[in-house]
Amino acid sequence: MSQPESAVADAQAGGPNDGTPATRQEPLAKLAERYGLRRAIARPRLPVYLRQLWERRHFVTTYATSRNVSKYSTSALGQLWQVLTPLLNAGIYWVMFGLILGASKNIPNYPAFLITGMFVFTYTQRSVTGGAKSISGNLSLIRALHFPRAALPLAYTIQEFQQLLISMGVLLALVLITGEPITWFWLLIPVALLLQTMFNIGASLVLARVGAASRDLNQLLPFITRTWLYASGVFFSIQDKVVSPARGAGLPQWVADVMYLNPAAAYIELMRDLLIPGGTRLAPGGISPTWIWSVCVFWALFALIGGFWYFWRAEEKYGRG
Amino acid sequence: MKADEPGAENTDARVPPAPEPAPGSRSGTPTVIVDDLHIIYRVYGAATDAEKGNAANALMRLLKRQGRPQMKEVHAVRGVSFVARHGDAIGIIGRNGSGKSTLLRAIAGLLPPHSGAVYTDGQPSLLGVNAAMMRELTGERNIVLGCYAMGMNPVQVREKYQEIVDFSGIGEFVQFPMSTYSSGMGARLRFAIASAKAHDVLLIDEALATGDRDFKRKSQERIKQMREEAGTVFLVAHNLDVIEETCNRVIWLHKGKIKMDGDPQKVLTAYNNA
Repeated sequence: MSQPESAVADAQAGGPNDGTPATRQEPLAKLAERYGLRRAIARPRLPVYLRQLWERRHFVTTYATSRNVSKYSTSALGQLWQVLTPLLNAGIYWVMFGLILGASKNIPNYPAFLITGMFVFTYTQRSVTGGAKSISGNLSLIRALHFPRAALPLAYTIQEFQQLLISMGVLLALVLITGEPITWFWLLIPVALLLQTMFNIGASLVLARVGAASRDLNQLLPFITRTWLYASGVFFSIQDKVVSPARGAGLPQWVADVMYLNPAAAYIELMRDLLIPGGTRLAPGGISPTWIWSVCVFWALFALIGGFWYFWRAEEKYGRG
Repeated sequence: MKADEPGAENTDARVPPAPEPAPGSRSGTPTVIVDDLHIIYRVYGAATDAEKGNAANALMRLLKRQGRPQMKEVHAVRGVSFVARHGDAIGIIGRNGSGKSTLLRAIAGLLPPHSGAVYTDGQPSLLGVNAAMMRELTGERNIVLGCYAMGMNPVQVREKYQEIVDFSGIGEFVQFPMSTYSSGMGARLRFAIASAKAHDVLLIDEALATGDRDFKRKSQERIKQMREEAGTVFLVAHNLDVIEETCNRVIWLHKGKIKMDGDPQKVLTAYNNA
């Protein structure tokens, strides 16, 4: 038999059961309306969406922790790798740039300078890369369960945040070992991390949507992030390289200011400012801390709000392709 | 079986069986309405012999602006309409690739319709919690993760945890990674987790195919119970015995269209003779 007949038969059958006879031709949409049924696919409004996301916070954190646990579950040392990986990374950079290359003589305490930059940049880089894969790599999950899809990029960022907290412990120890003092500025470290996390969440939401639609992004992303790494002054001081007439290009200060509009550069500079006082203020004039803070706050708010809005706009489309 | 299935009296296979007499007043009202539903989804990486994936061909395609031949569109569901009611347990049968699983996902609201619509009362849930699970993790962690994935809160998870372990019958294996489980144990745990939550509309995809005789009986009881509690149950299975024992209505899908819809025995007989 063909399906329209069965549809009509069903619509008819709806009548006698509740005492309100349906007409033979009652369209199914009308029947649905009469019983208050809603369409299965509908994008909730943004406030509702955010509330649903908040209700799923336990899923987000458990998913993030589970991914971190399962990542090392096959190795003998297990979770210890969460500490060992940043330690080994720091060790390699230290030996390469601190000892062998002798590094930059312009920057006092270059190892601390470098490792701070590396850890801060890695956090953003890994969040963004994870975010780009969070939708396209979890299609089976998206096609099986109902939840606000933003939970996935969010979980990937939180996973990286958990890793970062351990890296920060290593970093603080190294900074102390290299002879930097503990200052009151350390109290601002959580604020700096909060701003960076807000930016990372926003950026990974944007890339999650882009990555869900175009599968070539994951191939391209390593090159983009590497270019970003070199442009963000992880290995050198942007201020020094651009403005200083003796050691750099001797360009006007506004060129450096523009280069610090790069969010990664700004968050790195912010963290260095807090951890290595005086380490980055060598060049005449120097970059203004107010400028760095403004850039950091701007990117945090802009990325978070814009990212959520951009991601939410395609909520009902995820999982289709 | 026949005694509690008034639908079995229907002689015309085209007429869906009347729902069972209502214990509650809601019984018999529509819970899911599928209205001329079409689902088309894209598959990546599919290629015919002529389009062998090498770099030169990819470049030529790009230059000729031919788009992406690896991307195929699959018209999986082609105009399906039906009404499901409170208290219904509907079996969906059909050959591999007939669109059964796709239809379930569309009812769950997980695949956007190409045209047509699905209307539901409450949120249908697919018994697909396995997608959230991680094989490298212990059963214990997976229970917690699965419960959160279904939208439970910490209090509910603590309440349900022991019940899930007991129902699945995996015992001390709950401390072991799921990758060490036999396929039957994995299926039992997945079913136990997924059925721990009360669902308005529950969609089950091949969940009962595995597991031993004892567990099959237990899970059928659980489905019956869930059916009575409120909702509508959809069941996809290749094992026709399970369908016959559990469902009061069967929809036969063939190439994305409904070929037959009605009383289990009629439809199953026709299906077996086809």
